[in-house]
Amino acid sequence: MKVGDAEDNSNGQELSLSRGVQRSGGHYCALFAPRDPCLHPEVPTCTRRSVPATQPEQPRGSCRQQVPVAGKLHRGSAATGTTMEFSELIKTATVESVLLSCAGLPAVKGTLCITSHHLLLSSCPGGDAQPGTVELWLLIRNVDAVEKRVQNLGWYQPPGTNGSPLDTRLAGSSGTITLRCKDLKVLQLEIPGMEECLNIASSIEALSSVDSVMMMYPFFYRPQSLRLEEGWHLFPLERHFQQIASQTSQWRLSHVNQDFTTCPTYPPSVIVPAAVDDDTLRKAARFRHGGRFPILSYYHPKNGTVMLRSSQPLTGPNRKRCREDEMLLGTVLDKGERGFIIDTRSAQAAKQARMTGGGTEPKSSYPQWRRLHRPLERGRPLQESFMKLVEACNDTSATMDRWLSRLESCRWLSHVKAALSTACLAAQCMDREEATVLVHGAEGTDTTLLVTALAQVILDPSCRTLRGFLGLLEREWIEAGHPFHLRCARSASSHARPKQEAPLFLLFLDCVWQLSRQFPFSLEFSERLLLTLFDNAYASAYGTFLCNNEKERCLCKVKENTHSLWAWLNQPEERTKYLNPLYSHNPLVIWPSVEPQSIQLWQGLFFRWIRSSQHLDEAWAEIQRLVESKDPHAKEGVGKRLSRSLSDPAAQTENER
Amino acid sequence: MEHIRMPKVENVRLLDRLSSRKAALGTLYLTATHVIFVENVSETRKETWVLHSQISSIEKQATTATGCPLLIRCKNFQVIQLVIPQERDCHDVYISLIRLTRPVKYEELYCFSFNPKLDKEEREQGWKLVDLNEEYNRMGIPNNYWQISDVNRDYGVCDSYPTEVYVPKSATAHIIVGSSKFRSRRRFPALSYYCKDNNASICRSSQPLSGFSARCLEDEQMLQAIRKANPGSDFIYVVDTRPKLNAMANRAAGKGYENEDNYSNIKFQFIGIENIHVMRNSLQKMLEVCELKSPSMSDFLWGLENSGWLKHIKAIMDAGIFIAKAVAEEGVSVLVHCSDGWDRTAQVCSVASLLLDPYYRTMKGFMVLIEKDWVSFGHKFNHRYGNLDGDPKEISPVIDQFIECVWQLMEQFPCAFEFNERFLIHIQHHIYSCQFGNFLCNSQKERRELKIQERTYSLWAHLWKNRADYLNPLYRSDHSQTQGTLHPQMAPCNFLYKFWSGMYNRFEKGLHPRQSITDYLMAVKEETQQLEEELEVLGERLANLQKSQLNGNKVKSKQQDRNKQPGLSTSSNSLANTPQEYSNDLKSFPSRSPSQGDEDDSALILTQDNLKSSDPDLSANSDQESGVEDLSCRSPSGGGCLPSEDSGKDSDEAVYLAV
Repeated sequence: MKVGDAEDNSNGQELSLSRGVQRSGGHYCALFAPRDPCLHPEVPTCTRRSVPATQPEQPRGSCRQQVPVAGKLHRGSAATGTTMEFSELIKTATVESVLLSCAGLPAVKGTLCITSHHLLLSSCPGGDAQPGTVELWLLIRNVDAVEKRVQNLGWYQPPGTNGSPLDTRLAGSSGTITLRCKDLKVLQLEIPGMEECLNIASSIEALSSVDSVMMMYPFFYRPQSLRLEEGWHLFPLERHFQQIASQTSQWRLSHVNQDFTTCPTYPPSVIVPAAVDDDTLRKAARFRHGGRFPILSYYHPKNGTVMLRSSQPLTGPNRKRCREDEMLLGTVLDKGERGFIIDTRSAQAAKQARMTGGGTEPKSSYPQWRRLHRPLERGRPLQESFMKLVEACNDTSATMDRWLSRLESCRWLSHVKAALSTACLAAQCMDREEATVLVHGAEGTDTTLLVTALAQVILDPSCRTLRGFLGLLEREWIEAGHPFHLRCARSASSHARPKQEAPLFLLFLDCVWQLSRQFPFSLEFSERLLLTLFDNAYASAYGTFLCNNEKERCLCKVKENTHSLWAWLNQPEERTKYLNPLYSHNPLVIWPSVEPQSIQLWQGLFFRWIRSSQHLDEAWAEIQRLVESKDPHAKEGVGKRLSRSLSDPAAQTENER
Repeated sequence: MEHIRMPKVENVRLLDRLSSRKAALGTLYLTATHVIFVENVSETRKETWVLHSQISSIEKQATTATGCPLLIRCKNFQVIQLVIPQERDCHDVYISLIRLTRPVKYEELYCFSFNPKLDKEEREQGWKLVDLNEEYNRMGIPNNYWQISDVNRDYGVCDSYPTEVYVPKSATAHIIVGSSKFRSRRRFPALSYYCKDNNASICRSSQPLSGFSARCLEDEQMLQAIRKANPGSDFIYVVDTRPKLNAMANRAAGKGYENEDNYSNIKFQFIGIENIHVMRNSLQKMLEVCELKSPSMSDFLWGLENSGWLKHIKAIMDAGIFIAKAVAEEGVSVLVHCSDGWDRTAQVCSVASLLLDPYYRTMKGFMVLIEKDWVSFGHKFNHRYGNLDGDPKEISPVIDQFIECVWQLMEQFPCAFEFNERFLIHIQHHIYSCQFGNFLCNSQKERRELKIQERTYSLWAHLWKNRADYLNPLYRSDHSQTQGTLHPQMAPCNFLYKFWSGMYNRFEKGLHPRQSITDYLMAVKEETQQLEEELEVLGERLANLQKSQLNGNKVKSKQQDRNKQPGLSTSSNSLANTPQEYSNDLKSFPSRSPSQGDEDDSALILTQDNLKSSDPDLSANSDQESGVEDLSCRSPSGGGCLPSEDSGKDSDEAVYLAV
């Protein structure tokens, strides 16, 4: 099997599955599954913040770990025959005396080593059995862009040479590789030897752009503390449905999409009006873009109103109608009740969509529904906004003078404001107007999900717990068919021509962060969870965000052959790291302010690698200390001591008296 | 009272800036000191009190069908929009307020009528809370290098300086007087801060009258004396906080800056902070942005940038950082001046002191700092903050900028300050309120002539009494951020400074985080302390019980009786204070911090209510959902409340209908 096959297959829309992998998938993984825990440390990605606190020092923006020398690492992987495919891409596997530097940290020199999935730098070249310190442990999938610069007449002269032109040329050629990572970190490697430098750069480029899902690291990652099947079925839709069914009988669980034929991007089961049979659903699906017929997204327990989502109706230039679709939406509303269709496109764009077969619900066919257009940016403009913002944040030479106008021209905060406002509008329709809401844009896989997911965080306290939030992500993003593989293929720094990339999920996380800032006690999870989710959506050791929809996940056997991020996060010692110490259950709707004064740039994400957060981290630790110092007293301390003193013989005497 | 034409107007509407539909109907009262609006809603009768001295402008707008709108802008950034039914009433209120908000004599100011019901002794104690001699002693002065000078004892040398000035020991009266004659308004170089670890100091003065070539031997000797007072260094920095162009322009008027050739061993440095007129306009522009009705993100960011406000804040911080670095790291003394040495110089010296010395980051230390660098050195509070009717060109938010610098530092170093944001906001409020005598007049001389300390009360005592309200729960005296010099990040600098909505949009609660971490943590801290005390009591009781068991029954019963009471009472307290109560239900979230209790002062409580950053949201409305009604008007496409159908604009709708 050749990786080249995979690349041919990548036409952008379809997930590229090379036949070779399909044939030998399971076998392949089993063969490659590494046994050496050192090779695959149980750290999801190389982030400063996800390193276990128990480790004494992690100064390099990744994990410093005691591992065998780099050479052995490579031998370890080479032992399995299957590395051949990857090793074809690796032109140079190890280079000595590479200088690694990244913002805010002192540069370190060491041995650079490329494995199938990781880039390692160990600082202690030391001999024999002496363990070295791994300064860098970077998932190659995390590399977004590789920039190389070579100098032929270099700065470096080996000692003992007198600087004759020949010597200098031979010894002095060197190169610098700048790695821009998907998590927005920037690393620089100074590599002696021009050829090595070019080889390393092209190896990283090749390995990081392997597009075949089953060649990705999650299929090889086997942490010892987790079982493969763990975490994949934490949030079954059945359970979610039962909660709704306990309050209303208007909805049923339909398995119409069992084989993904009705809608390739929907999960096998969906919640639909009880009065509508599967046949009607199938017909309605044919009238909706990509087959995404209206389904239940959220049931608001407070007043029983619901939020539906779908894709655009295929009215087309001839204003087609579909009785089943009209019926489906009609049964949701009682007589005289009205519903709101929140279209995430402008009225103009919705109208234009008719020319390409799409469109919007005409009032004549859907008399009880009123349309509201709230244009939200997506696709290319959103991706460009993200890229511009990251560029602006990394432009350390810029002076304060033009910063705000530059921030403005990125438009990112405008997108945040628009997304929050639209989600609030949807929430307001439900909570205040007690009206049913249908949300859709064009395909119903991007801004639609942004709005429905965000509205639920605002409305429903159960989505604000750690577990509830992960469940929401599972339901409204992953199973709902947000095409993560396409949208998160490249991050903000890629030089490749953008195809389908767009940071909608990041925009969602940013909006949730804005909520957490405005309601610091109302979310059970902390900023750290949001950062981890961002990192993993773009490059991960886990299979959770792989593929574009459930159908593809089934084909790739993702749930059988990769670990779930949720399983990792749910381990007790991990879980505590993502909790907000200030959390307390808040049963109310959290209505955020969407005034510009209240919308802030998410510094924890955009400046994570640029600016030291030491003082803010210290404050966070102090908050934790304060809250925890209360808890043991309140819960155990006093209680225990009180009961102890009561059971104390002396106390008993007192009681007798 | 003779200025009040219209003491009471009924059926006035108070508009909410964010949502015109949330207007409150009520009665407007004009008193000698306040404008008061009382809502008609019988259960709450919510009151809004505004001191006349806080009012910066009154604007009567064109009469509409609903009445005559009156827009009142305040110096504490409150904006009040009233609609008065009758045009004539509105005019009377307008005319009355115009006069009431422009007092001509100090005696008209609120502090002369304000009476917190303290006796004479308490009042005197209050004024003694901040003692500058004590502060110089704390710095280690007088010592071998520095001494107190009585050269200005009758304000004979400089009438805007205090009577007690600290100067180098080697600077004789002759030198001082000579130097003062060579400085604008005779503000000669005097000590502001001394670092006893390395003898480096910060001195301040006004610009020299050097013109194009003038020299003054005594002034040169004065600077030499400052250098000699720091034996570890062979030069001093002279920092001119003005833009170079401004300083050069001053030379034509016979003023200017030090010529490095004439002074031995100085290093001269310009740090371009703009003058008071630029700053006044910048604030004006920023406030216009704050007042925009449902602005887009772009409107806001562009407006903020065009105001230049954050750029000016950065310039002040940069100057402070430069000086702190010179003193702490290089061990070099610095002489700071601008033109007159009472605006930019005060800003820069106090920012540098704050960075250098953790003491100034405590509550008491911060009061001392303002007293030292601003009040005693003759910052012209009356002119800058328009307490009396005067030249509007003299008004400028000089101390507001310093207060914002402190807030920006608090944002960067959340554990470094003993006080919280509310403390800064209240100080800003009282600089304009004229409720306390501290910031009256333009100089110590004027204040002494008015006998301020005998006739008014000190703000510091008031704040100190309520200090529990102003504590930063994250502050610990043994925390690393509270030790030594603060080193703010310098690069990349562009995004370090943020818009302070807590100050400039302070009365628009809807914009702020709905839950206050500070208040919550203070409550937690308090509770922890209580529980710890309880533990101690219980532990004591346990020990006693055990002891008493040994000692026999008689003694035991006695001890138990004594210990029983506190034990039981505290434990019932702790039951009532379970964490759930703070958190589960926000209605019972502590809306006032527990130790606040100056009920003896009704006016004060009212202002405090307005000032509390978090209260109204959590207590008055008791429901975070209150923000909801504004959502539609905040949504980007504007529009009224709900769903006016967008498709109305859809010209194809008719075709749809025909299908």
